[in-house]
Amino acid sequence: MKLNFRKTEEYFFRLVMLACTVVIVAALLVIIFSILKRGLPSLSWEMISQKPKGGFYFGKEGGILNAIMGSLYLAIGATVIAMFVGVPVALYMNVHILKRKYMVNTMRFLLDLLCGIPSIVYGAFAFTIMVMIGLRTSLLAGMLTVAVFIIPIIIRAMDEVLRTIPRGLMEASLSVGATKGEVAYKIFIRQSFPGLVTALLLSFGRAIGDAAAVLFTAGFTDNIPSSLTQPAATLPLSIFFQLGSPMEEVKNRAYAAAIILTLIVLLLSVASRYFSRRYKKHSIKF
Amino acid sequence: MSETIKINIRDLNLHAGKNHILKNVNISVPKNKITVILGPSGCGKTTLLKTLNRLTDLNPEIRVTGSIQIDEEDILHTTSDIHDIRKRMGLLSQRPYPLPMSIFNNVAFGLKISGRRRKKILHKRVEHYLRQASLWDEVQHRLREPAISLSIGQQQRLCLARGLAVDPDIILADEPTSALDPVSSAAIEEKFIELKNNYTIVVVTHILRQARRIADHVVFMYMGEVVEQGPAAEILHNPQMEKTRQYLNGAFY
Repeated sequence: MKLNFRKTEEYFFRLVMLACTVVIVAALLVIIFSILKRGLPSLSWEMISQKPKGGFYFGKEGGILNAIMGSLYLAIGATVIAMFVGVPVALYMNVHILKRKYMVNTMRFLLDLLCGIPSIVYGAFAFTIMVMIGLRTSLLAGMLTVAVFIIPIIIRAMDEVLRTIPRGLMEASLSVGATKGEVAYKIFIRQSFPGLVTALLLSFGRAIGDAAAVLFTAGFTDNIPSSLTQPAATLPLSIFFQLGSPMEEVKNRAYAAAIILTLIVLLLSVASRYFSRRYKKHSIKF
Repeated sequence: MSETIKINIRDLNLHAGKNHILKNVNISVPKNKITVILGPSGCGKTTLLKTLNRLTDLNPEIRVTGSIQIDEEDILHTTSDIHDIRKRMGLLSQRPYPLPMSIFNNVAFGLKISGRRRKKILHKRVEHYLRQASLWDEVQHRLREPAISLSIGQQQRLCLARGLAVDPDIILADEPTSALDPVSSAAIEEKFIELKNNYTIVVVTHILRQARRIADHVVFMYMGEVVEQGPAAEILHNPQMEKTRQYLNGAFY
């Protein structure tokens, strides 16, 4: 009798898990399918090789090269800046002040809060500072704003990986005379390399996909920025403006732009997996 | 035969928060001998070992008082660089923790960070220490492979080579065979007996038979206190204290 109940229970929860999986996968497939269905016919070489010409948003010729390049510059720049700030913080938390638990836990709490703040708030905040110091919308302002909002993501993603490194590895390194800095930058960073790649990928995805933070800070332009002080267009905003058009043809182009955005993230993801696998072989498994 | 004292621990007390973990510990570790610290789990053996290496510094909750003299220098109150103190003691832990790099670089790491970078010299030294740890024959053709490709017994010997490479005069071992199979354990024990001519070795263990096999000097600890210490033959065969006798007879672990 009892076994029977446990069997039913097991069966029931397996069904629930299966249902959840199906719902998620189906939703993803529907999204991809609808983007492809509406975007593929409008996707052309012209889209990715040309800047918008006059009247592009009313159905005239041109492409979205401005937004592709703008987005790449912005997301790569922001990720690099965020990496150089975020990775040291994550290492500091897990090597230098590891045992000051109150401090580390407070930092984790605050960082989690920062991860949860909508990016429009970061954008608005950056905008008020820009007004104060008289900076105009520019690639640099956009990069910095996006960097600020992905830094907590990088730190927490790295932190979660670094936390799993057992103390024995640190003690082993210290006992051959290593300083804490050497433990952090010669040992821990190697051990957590696959985690670092994941953290960077995660934040790059957020950076390239975000529209709200760059709306006030990077602006929008039909040109490809040639310096950090010029405004820059971004793919999400480009999608937004095209979707806002009343013309069906322009709307379809927005979906094509969405395909391009998805492809960029996909390419990067595949490439980084390849690189992280090459370095993973040295990581100690615990 | 009079023996030289290598490590002299006097009135050592260690508190972690409110817990009094080591209580008035006084131990004399003779030079070029194997000193085995015996005792049931949770008696403070590992903590004592970490105090010798000042790994206890990492935890701000831990307070240590007393003195630990190594060659007349009190390492708890010294102006010497902490990293130099740690380099004087090789550490083997309960399970091997190879560094996330190649076999060669595991041994070379300590040399590199102390400024020895000439490739030819590095290679010679790495070979020398791998031979000392009886690992050279097994790994000489795969030095560039990751350290984790080794078996766990080989990894422990690699960790020994890594520790020896920074030229310590003391080897600290914290239950170094507890994760190993009998053959690998025997290899480590033999290594210790061989190495004691040049090093002072402190081994923490709770394996009585291991203590009988390798110990020259035995310290028996219970609940953070040293119950009894002395030459292995005396302590293991003719203990003076009741607690030691009970432990040796297997009354508790």
